[in-house]
Amino acid sequence: MSDTLVRPSAEAADKSRAARLLGQALRSREIAVFAVLVLLLVVATIANPRFLVGSDGWRDLLVTPSILLLLAVGQTAVIITRNVDLSVGSTVGLTAYAVGKIFVEFPGIPVVVVFVIGALIGAVLGLINGALVAFGRVPALVVTLGTMYIYRGVFLEWAGSDRINAGDLPGRFLSLGTKQVLTIPVLTIIALVVLAVVGFYLRSMRSGREFYAIGSDPAAARLYGLPVTRRVLGAFILCGALAGLAGVFYAARYGTVSSGAGRNLELESVAAAVIGGVAIFGGTGTVWGAGIGAFLLVTIDRVLPLLGISDFWQRAVVGALIIAAVALDRVLSLRRERQLKQARDEARNAS
Amino acid sequence: MSADSGTAPVLELRDVTKNFGPVAALRSGRLEVEAGSIHAFLGENGAGKSTLVKVVAGVHRRDSGVFRFQGNDVDFSSTAESKDAGIAVIYQEPTLFPHLSVMENIFMGRQPTKSGRRIDYARMYAEAQALFTRLGVAIDPRRTADGLSIADQQVIEIAKAMSLDATLLVMDEPTAALSGVEVERLFTIARALRDEGRALVFISHRIDEVFDLCDTVTVMRDGEYVDTRQIAEVTPDQVVALMVGREVSDLFPKTETEAGDVVLEVEGLSSLGTFHDVSFSVRAGEIVGLAGLVGAGRSEIARAVFGIDGYDAGSVRLSGKRIPPRRPTASIRAGMALVPEDRRQQGLVIDQSVARNIAALIRTRLTRLGLITSRAENKAVAPWAAKLEVKTNALDMDASTMSGGNQQKVAIAKWLSTEPRLLIIDEPTRGIDVGTKSEVHRLLSDLAAQGMAVLMISSELPEVLGMADRVVVVCEGRVTAEFDRSEATPETVMHAATHVGGHEAGATLAEGVEEVTA
Repeated sequence: MSDTLVRPSAEAADKSRAARLLGQALRSREIAVFAVLVLLLVVATIANPRFLVGSDGWRDLLVTPSILLLLAVGQTAVIITRNVDLSVGSTVGLTAYAVGKIFVEFPGIPVVVVFVIGALIGAVLGLINGALVAFGRVPALVVTLGTMYIYRGVFLEWAGSDRINAGDLPGRFLSLGTKQVLTIPVLTIIALVVLAVVGFYLRSMRSGREFYAIGSDPAAARLYGLPVTRRVLGAFILCGALAGLAGVFYAARYGTVSSGAGRNLELESVAAAVIGGVAIFGGTGTVWGAGIGAFLLVTIDRVLPLLGISDFWQRAVVGALIIAAVALDRVLSLRRERQLKQARDEARNAS
Repeated sequence: MSADSGTAPVLELRDVTKNFGPVAALRSGRLEVEAGSIHAFLGENGAGKSTLVKVVAGVHRRDSGVFRFQGNDVDFSSTAESKDAGIAVIYQEPTLFPHLSVMENIFMGRQPTKSGRRIDYARMYAEAQALFTRLGVAIDPRRTADGLSIADQQVIEIAKAMSLDATLLVMDEPTAALSGVEVERLFTIARALRDEGRALVFISHRIDEVFDLCDTVTVMRDGEYVDTRQIAEVTPDQVVALMVGREVSDLFPKTETEAGDVVLEVEGLSSLGTFHDVSFSVRAGEIVGLAGLVGAGRSEIARAVFGIDGYDAGSVRLSGKRIPPRRPTASIRAGMALVPEDRRQQGLVIDQSVARNIAALIRTRLTRLGLITSRAENKAVAPWAAKLEVKTNALDMDASTMSGGNQQKVAIAKWLSTEPRLLIIDEPTRGIDVGTKSEVHRLLSDLAAQGMAVLMISSELPEVLGMADRVVVVCEGRVTAEFDRSEATPETVMHAATHVGGHEAGATLAEGVEEVTA
């Protein structure tokens, strides 16, 4: 009798591998958001064929989201540990300005070195956030709200009424903003490589999985003996470094850096992550989802004017998207919880 | 027997103390465990077992005392250190990561890897399957831990500990939520681990299990070491006597009361996944004990009765009047009071003054022109504080600075100020020192004598047996038995609390009782 009980379940496990993967894919948030993105592109292309087909259209489609993409990846790493980093917008502005200043002082400096310096500046700013959160045991929301103003203040104090203009930056640096390899912009390639590396780390490395465990239940993570402090610190440093890199991107892409550079990007990065399925309370979500979310947000910003939708409604659409994403999560989790409870009751009654 | 072979024990704790603020959780903890032995570690709730276990696990650091592991002095400041040293602990409450898969919960931080230190998910799956096969359970290693039953969660904790390949395995009430078959499987594994030369510590409230599985027993009482014996040399009665160490009636000043009219009537209360078809009643002047194991659904029932959580079917009546579900304010107005289990989080506003806490529920009555003055609060509150002998220098002292017992009194005073007809009290003496405990007990007894209906939830069997006029036993969300004071013994209640399907002695007794009381 036990044989007949065991065999079907084993069989089911074997034959359903494909079905399981298909089921996972259908339920995956990444694919759902991607479908919305594709739909948006189709609509936009029908409305205005130049949007996608023209060479500038294609390039802009790919290069514009690269800055937000980097921020969304870093933000995701932080949110997964049940924290948040609101200072990334200020970090972008500060690093972008620093990059401009470096080129003014040392015009001959290699571009690669500037990228590294930008990431390092961001990493230091992230370290400050992380240290305050991990050692000070202060909620990340409060800490990074504070540092958001502080970093912005430092930037304003340093720059004054000064601004970086395209003329201050060498042509080889500015050309990065438009340079393409096999029609794909270089900045986009770098951002996608970062996405892939962080995505791989969070999925396949032990320490990456610990990010999820910590966000899933911080108390259990401590009881389990996970290095909570170190991981939280790591997440903030990563987020800061990527924000620094995004600052370099900003300078290369736009050529000018004024005191408002990077403003609102912190909220957009959180929005990208949430739309992409990263739960704001940590423990779930992938950088892939956040990356697609970033693409979607930026593309909406560019598509809606094409469709003749007013500025006000553009913001409202983004807001509705965020609320829809969160509501969907809630409905699905409630349904799942109910199913699990029912299954448990049935199993108990059967035994 | 083999314990006296002269070799150093694997684990050695002597004269270990640990205080939490004013509460001494451990006065002199002592535990010595040999290799190749299963060591029972017994004591009533609050005896200090769990605290000692947490010292071993590195959750708490002892204040003083000797702590040796494998002959070396150790002082773990984190659970990672104790784990690295070869100690695996299964805590009373499962500690899983709900968003992660079952297999990741087992192997977190130790996942099998392939080239480039990548996690080998296929191997992790296979290893998790192998563990479950060894445990004889069918849980999909890929599913998330979210939504697993307590028993399944416990199985995962056990799998986790097994995969650690530990020298010492501590199990804090691993069987509390397991059924008979599951327990037998666990014991088979425990014996296999013992035969491999590992040391095991087993904490359980089920004495028969202890005699079935263990070879040595250490007993603690009120934070102090009592004795260590060979199981073969003692009887279950002797062990229970060591644990209790006093006559139950000494500590519980229960006055006999005449039960009046039915105050609370719960009928067919059901909530999907938590409890089913729960019916019982509480009469005026009566203390009804709601007994059962941790996780049986007692607090959930109380919350539903009070209207904090909703329910799917059934009804709650207070003095014959139907109480609407999910409306605590309506319940309070109807004359219900609920002193919750977790004082610091739910029972009190811990950073507020004593007066403000007690006046919290009657504050609308104290307002003048919509404003409340501290003077009005202090005046209204003083009689209650005096009545309950709340030991505080000033009523405007913060509740957080008081001892657990006095905090509990404040929480009770708060509800008494509403002059309720029914008092529901969840774990009335948890985390309270022995002296104040009996004061709380006397208070409950007095309230019942004055005609209040009291529903008391407690995990401490002596407390239930000592205080309750009637005991309603819950197991896995169902009422499995109901006993009169005279019929309720540790054996009958424990049996009903651990048997849901069998319905042996408990059920027949319960039916008898219902006939008598009806």
